[in-house]
Amino acid sequence: MNAQAPALRDPRLNRPEPFTPPLGDGGFFQRDRSIHPPAHAPGYKSSVLRSPRQSLLSIENSVSEITGPVFGHNDLGPLDNDLIRNYAKDGDPVGERIIVHGRVLDETGRGVPNTLVEFWQANAGGRYRHKKDTYLAPIDPNFGGCGRALTDDTGYYYFRTVKPGPYPWRNFVNSWRPAHIHFSVFGSGFAQRLITQMYFEGDPLIPVCPILTTIPDKDALDRLVAPLDLNASTPFDSLAYRFDIVLRGQRSTYFENRTAGN
Amino acid sequence: MPQPLNYLKETASQTAGPYVHIGLIPAMAGFDIFEKNFSNVLVAPNTKGERITLEGKVLDGSGSPLRDVLLEIWQANAAGRYNHPADRSAGALEQEFRGWGRGGSDFDTGLVTFETIKPGAIIDKAGRKCAPHINVWIVARGINIGLNTRLYFSDEEAANAADPVLNLVEPPVRRKTLIATRSERGGKAVYSFTINLQGAEETVFFDV
Repeated sequence: MNAQAPALRDPRLNRPEPFTPPLGDGGFFQRDRSIHPPAHAPGYKSSVLRSPRQSLLSIENSVSEITGPVFGHNDLGPLDNDLIRNYAKDGDPVGERIIVHGRVLDETGRGVPNTLVEFWQANAGGRYRHKKDTYLAPIDPNFGGCGRALTDDTGYYYFRTVKPGPYPWRNFVNSWRPAHIHFSVFGSGFAQRLITQMYFEGDPLIPVCPILTTIPDKDALDRLVAPLDLNASTPFDSLAYRFDIVLRGQRSTYFENRTAGN
Repeated sequence: MPQPLNYLKETASQTAGPYVHIGLIPAMAGFDIFEKNFSNVLVAPNTKGERITLEGKVLDGSGSPLRDVLLEIWQANAAGRYNHPADRSAGALEQEFRGWGRGGSDFDTGLVTFETIKPGAIIDKAGRKCAPHINVWIVARGINIGLNTRLYFSDEEAANAADPVLNLVEPPVRRKTLIATRSERGGKAVYSFTINLQGAEETVFFDV
């Protein structure tokens, strides 16, 4: 056996022991900003003029933060989670066919049900279908590059696509993005709102990406890398990658405080 | 060793990037793909409340407008009620008013607009009245984690002066960075805002 062969990460390593406090309706757990990229990260040059310099003002979550938009199946079309078919004009898009699946969880390990997950990506050649993208790789006439899904009762989502290609961008002269898929997730409250990017196990561009390396915490960075999930692949059709997303947990209100005099 | 707590860690944020429109507002990227799209129009014909246009720009540290920024807003209805089960306040719910919208800035001018209604005042858990406000979330290339701020209304001076969140802002001179200015255009109310990411007038952003 080749000792250098990369081990598949067991997705259960991301899981806690069973732990289910009452479903909270208090504020969300304090966000641990040490695992997020800082606003001002000079190695990612675009952040320099676009990063606030004052401290963020910490406020207790009020009803404005613990509530958020609710979405349903009426918001989606039947092909929204099938990027191989949702823009196909005269055939399938070019590229490695893949399934991406996983769960949206909160920090207590509970699945986040019925939440909207949106995703977008470049095509197999690393070109976005966007009027501002001028990379020389061709547009794929059969690939739009976006989709969305609603999680089920357990927080599970899945979609089908082609694996995106890496592409160059202006940061340093020779900066390349690793292959990635952008994710937008809502959760149940507006304070859980999150945009992130999923990367692919084994991509050699990961450790040299000026955007990915804005994340100061090595474990937090690793959690953005989706392992190949051979068990979820479809033989003779598609490989699969697994990507779990964790949103902030929510505190329970065990005892109601009464305002003085009531 | 005490028992392990075994909480999961939140997934790290990453920038929405310059092509955020593809996923969230594909029409702005230049193509049509979904049967149903989300937009910057929150109102339907039956929505109760005063129709308002919210318009503004997000400026970078050089004072230039971001022309690839995306804003989302989240607000209560005219009765001060959010369309979400965790809002148990007394105001009447309007099922067809979601209270959420998203808008991208114009690729030339950087202007972002929303068509919505002015929300009502909100009662917080402690029973305090909070000034009408709209919650704003900002993502773009170069923004590593979405920025949370709020917009209050310039014609709500008394309510703003008593608002528990505005009153946390120190020094008080920074409170004005959260207030959208009312004007009238063709008989309709327009609230204008400028969000400064940096500089002497830097907008107050919240860790929510």
